Amino acid sequence: MDIIYTIWLRNIKRYLRSKSRIIGSLGMPLFLLLVLGLGLNSVVQIPDTGQGYFEFIIPGIVAMSVLFTSVFAGIQIIWDRQFGFLKETLVAPVSRLEIMLGQTFGGASTAFVQGLIILVLSLFIGLSFSSAAGFVIAFLFMVLIGIAFTALGIAIASRMEDMHGFQLIMNFVVFPIFGLSGALFPISSLPGWVQPLTMLDPLTYGVEGIRYGLTGTAQINPAVCFVVLAAFSAFMTVVGAWLFRKMSI
Amino acid sequence: MPAIAAENLTKTFGDFTAVDRISFTIEEGEIFGLLGPNGAGKTTTISMLSTMLRPTAGKASINGYDIHGDQDGVRKSIGIVFQDQSLDEELTAYENMDFHGRLYRIPGEQRRAKIAGLLALVGLQDRRHDLVKTYSGGMRRRLEIARGLLHEPKVLFLDEPTLGLDPQTRNHLWEYIERLNEEKGVTIILTTHYMEEADRLCDRVAIIDHGGIIAMDTPQALKNQIGGDVVTIHSPDPDAVAGSMDAPWIAHIERRDGSVVLSMQDAEQHIPGIVTGLVSRDIGITSLSVHKPTLEDVFLHFTGRSIREEAVSGRDVMRLYHRMGR
Repeated sequence: MDIIYTIWLRNIKRYLRSKSRIIGSLGMPLFLLLVLGLGLNSVVQIPDTGQGYFEFIIPGIVAMSVLFTSVFAGIQIIWDRQFGFLKETLVAPVSRLEIMLGQTFGGASTAFVQGLIILVLSLFIGLSFSSAAGFVIAFLFMVLIGIAFTALGIAIASRMEDMHGFQLIMNFVVFPIFGLSGALFPISSLPGWVQPLTMLDPLTYGVEGIRYGLTGTAQINPAVCFVVLAAFSAFMTVVGAWLFRKMSI
Repeated sequence: MPAIAAENLTKTFGDFTAVDRISFTIEEGEIFGLLGPNGAGKTTTISMLSTMLRPTAGKASINGYDIHGDQDGVRKSIGIVFQDQSLDEELTAYENMDFHGRLYRIPGEQRRAKIAGLLALVGLQDRRHDLVKTYSGGMRRRLEIARGLLHEPKVLFLDEPTLGLDPQTRNHLWEYIERLNEEKGVTIILTTHYMEEADRLCDRVAIIDHGGIIAMDTPQALKNQIGGDVVTIHSPDPDAVAGSMDAPWIAHIERRDGSVVLSMQDAEQHIPGIVTGLVSRDIGITSLSVHKPTLEDVFLHFTGRSIREEAVSGRDVMRLYHRMGR
């Protein structure tokens, strides 16, 4: 446990120290929130619930923020490898599983904080505070998204030589996951053949879970969301740990 | 129990044999050097000994722990300073040390005391709360050495510890390394391609080339293999000089341009004899110089290209002369 904590602590310290990264990675979600949310709010109304568009996409943008930060945090071990720091960790008498879990929880924590910042900011822009319980539910889903996708990032990084593939991963893995998740539009308004794809996207369950917590309505039963996302997180952690174990330095 | 024992350690990458059946034993408290050109297999050897790389064949033990059978035992027994920097630049020196101490499960109070002591030892105490990215190359090296010692390893690996450092910093580091060895009794194995470094620091040196050990002994004994001191005589008539050198203590005679190069033991004692002999035969001397062989000479002797081509014969001749000299 203390080893996991040690590695978690390093991640948190690095995160708190990189002010430019914190602010930099808030830019995109805030931009989408303002431009899409406020810009389309008066034009778009969500069919079934009658929600405004701004309220609708806040959970999506929060999920996006967590998603991007966590994948990025996972992929960061490539830098640790390139700058040699990973060696220092791997040559210590600790198991790779502990290292991987520390990295995962560290990444998930920073991703959660990034999402939380967006959430708090949207309270000022117009999100209405529903209930404390609702927020706790949203937090739970944010943490699960963070764990799942940091682990995914570590899994990818374990198989990558260097950062050259990063753009590829962003374009062909992260953006599709975000785009298909129903973060920006209701799943029901998609054409029939896209809907199954959406249901295969683990982030969908995260977005819907957060949406249930923040607004009280969701298109997927929140219990189903929880089970699917928790299972996916556990699965990704196992895969990530396995690939990380096999990674050569 | 030896600090390190390696037996026929081998690593191949596909067709390429990076390390070829090397065997050596390092006693406790020794400073042992692996000397060789870049790509000779030094770092690969270190990687295998430190459990970072699994050997293709052969075995090795560190502090009695098998590198394959008991990785954790090995890892607790060793400290490593890698060839490439392995610090977290976004953390302070203290935080880097603290991270290391926690990874090796050193209890809090003890950890803090040791970190303070070691940072003082390498002269970084004043700057312990500065981010490592503000450090110079020499300071980083010192920090890495201090960090490698935090968990009190029996054996310290230094992979090219002074690579890329300026001569002054290098000198300082050498002093630190010597002091560590003396004060803490740490066994040190270092790789280098600086002859001077190996000569100055190491109790014993293994010269490694193309993955194999081609010579291993104390630096002095290695230099003695050259056949003793090197005496160079410049003369208007070098042939006559060469012809007149028939004393039994001359190990080796070689003509080089306008000069004659002799190898012999204890050259200082023989110089008066050489000079009197030449003067009595009316052979002129332009200049005469004596130089102690360096590891550079040894290294050229064993790995130089022209020597490599006739390696066997050249070495045999040398050995013959060497025997004659005794």
